Amino acid sequence: MTAPAPRIVVDRLHSPFRRALRSWETILLVVAVAVFIGNTFLSPYFLNAWNLSDATFNFTEKAMIAFAMAMLIVAGEIDLSVASIIALASTAMGLVMTAGAGVPVIVLVGIGTGLICGAVNGFLVAGMGLPSIVVTIGTMSLFRGIAFIVLGDQAFNGYPPEFAFFGQGYVWWVISFELVLFIIFALIYWAVLHRSTFGRAVYAIGNNATAAQFSGIRVQRVRFILFLLTGVMSGVAAVCLTSRLGSTRPSIATGWELEVVTMVVLGGVNILGGSGTIPGVVLAAIIMGMVTFGFGLLNVPGIVMSVFLGALLIGVIAVPRLLRGK
Amino acid sequence: MTVLKSREALLALAILVSVGIIAMRFPAFVAPGNLANVFNDTAPLMLLAIGQMIVILTKCIDLSVAANLALTGMVAALMNGAGVPLPLILCAVIVLGGVLGAVNGVLVWKLGIPSIVVTLGTMTIYRGTIFIMTEGKWVNAHEMTEGFKALPRLVFLGLPVMSWIAIATILIFAVVLTRTALGRAFYAVGGNPHAAVYAGIDVGRTQFWAFVISGALAGFTGYLWVARYAVAYVDVAGGFELDVVAACVIGGIAIAGGAGSIWGAMLGAIFLGVIKNALPVVGISPFWQMAISGTAIILAVAFNAAQSRPKGRLILREAAQ
Repeated sequence: MTAPAPRIVVDRLHSPFRRALRSWETILLVVAVAVFIGNTFLSPYFLNAWNLSDATFNFTEKAMIAFAMAMLIVAGEIDLSVASIIALASTAMGLVMTAGAGVPVIVLVGIGTGLICGAVNGFLVAGMGLPSIVVTIGTMSLFRGIAFIVLGDQAFNGYPPEFAFFGQGYVWWVISFELVLFIIFALIYWAVLHRSTFGRAVYAIGNNATAAQFSGIRVQRVRFILFLLTGVMSGVAAVCLTSRLGSTRPSIATGWELEVVTMVVLGGVNILGGSGTIPGVVLAAIIMGMVTFGFGLLNVPGIVMSVFLGALLIGVIAVPRLLRGK
Repeated sequence: MTVLKSREALLALAILVSVGIIAMRFPAFVAPGNLANVFNDTAPLMLLAIGQMIVILTKCIDLSVAANLALTGMVAALMNGAGVPLPLILCAVIVLGGVLGAVNGVLVWKLGIPSIVVTLGTMTIYRGTIFIMTEGKWVNAHEMTEGFKALPRLVFLGLPVMSWIAIATILIFAVVLTRTALGRAFYAVGGNPHAAVYAGIDVGRTQFWAFVISGALAGFTGYLWVARYAVAYVDVAGGFELDVVAACVIGGIAIAGGAGSIWGAMLGAIFLGVIKNALPVVGISPFWQMAISGTAIILAVAFNAAQSRPKGRLILREAAQ
């Protein structure tokens, strides 16, 4: 961190085409294609409709959270409690399931728990003005802690068979319900962030919260809504994941907060806030899913994969900075 | 009177009160021997909290400490298996830990990548490296020499060596932070980076040294941990980085940098240590610990915010940073 450099005012903007060519999303697209081609050559099992469909499960649930997280990070906040919200929401679903609730109630309870957790984070950050990174480290411990208190070393099993649709069902041929949900959410979040006044407010807050406030944006309300959204999306992800696994353990989705943040940062969202796009996050999700799946086909252990993702996270930020000679 | 108002005094009071309440029903908990045990148990947390505190002072965060601890601990165990003498191992773990910290530091200093991103990445890389090195194998007690395992448990003047190391480290860094130029630079960089630049302090280099210190302490703790529990594997101290950050937050280290004392970090660690050790004594399931420390973090940060007075409005972003 050094003294601010003088703003360079360019006298001519590049053409939209050239800007698009040099954008982060283009780089991601090239990487995605390269990963796809690489996987095709590395494993004969990769290019198969059903295998590719299976591969989407590697990212759909995380990506749903990543969309909301992207908006939150653009606004200059972060939510590290998302994986713990999944654990708590899944536990709540298990509780009502054992009490004999039907599928609609189970789903509503899962999403509702996410909403409540998001409201808690939102209240602490937006209502009380506490730093989001510490608050969500706290709630990360608290939410999963409650799941541990309820479940201990036990697990909830025996979800009704109809409940399996959310994580295992297919809408048409190889198109899974989760994939459809992923596409719908991608479109919704794209519209909200890039085509609505709320989205503009999110960027404004991320660039300069004080200026946004003086421009008439209800900064704290927007922040609160963003935390609600990450909570709800974690609830939705909890429904899908619980349905896919068919059971609830308090250790469910451990470490997902890091994968979600990696996905968002890889998608070109500035971790300090103010910039980033949903298409970038979509591409990053697909890349991460394909890389994970490709490694899986090659029998690479999961932990080696996480090393790769960690290096990727640092690399994607470091390489452009190195090239610019920062 | 100012002493009583200080955060550290309040925290110490909170710890004393909770120990007192436990003691009323379970007198055995406050037996000197047990209290010494609790302190000794908390020593690794204290050591890491000191490093973390210095990093947080400079407006950064180090989430890789637990992975660093696990990696250096594994290297120590492997070196021991290869017959390397103990003093050499001790030097090696401090250097290796410092190098791992320096990797974080260089990325933050030279490339200006936010520390949370850097250390999230190195956290997974360091832990994954253990797996790649060992293929997931464990180093068990019978594969370690007696001398290797004995050092942290050696009792000296009534306390195990591990406790003494924690005490010595706290005293050393209390002096470093308050009586040396580097120590003051940590505060200056976090308090106001721009003012620090004009005062002739290299912000990036100061952050770099904070990471090196944090890494070296994590490396040293890695040996202590592996030797004390007599086992080394991939998931040693999994998730411990959150406890370390929690200890700092509870100890009143401002997450925005520039404020906090080493005594706060120490007391924050002890607070968590007391809770962890008291739960089984008072008959509460250890599964409650996670939720309790989560609540403690939230209460502590809310309390911190209530105490710090509101700052003036900052209009220009560049000037504000």
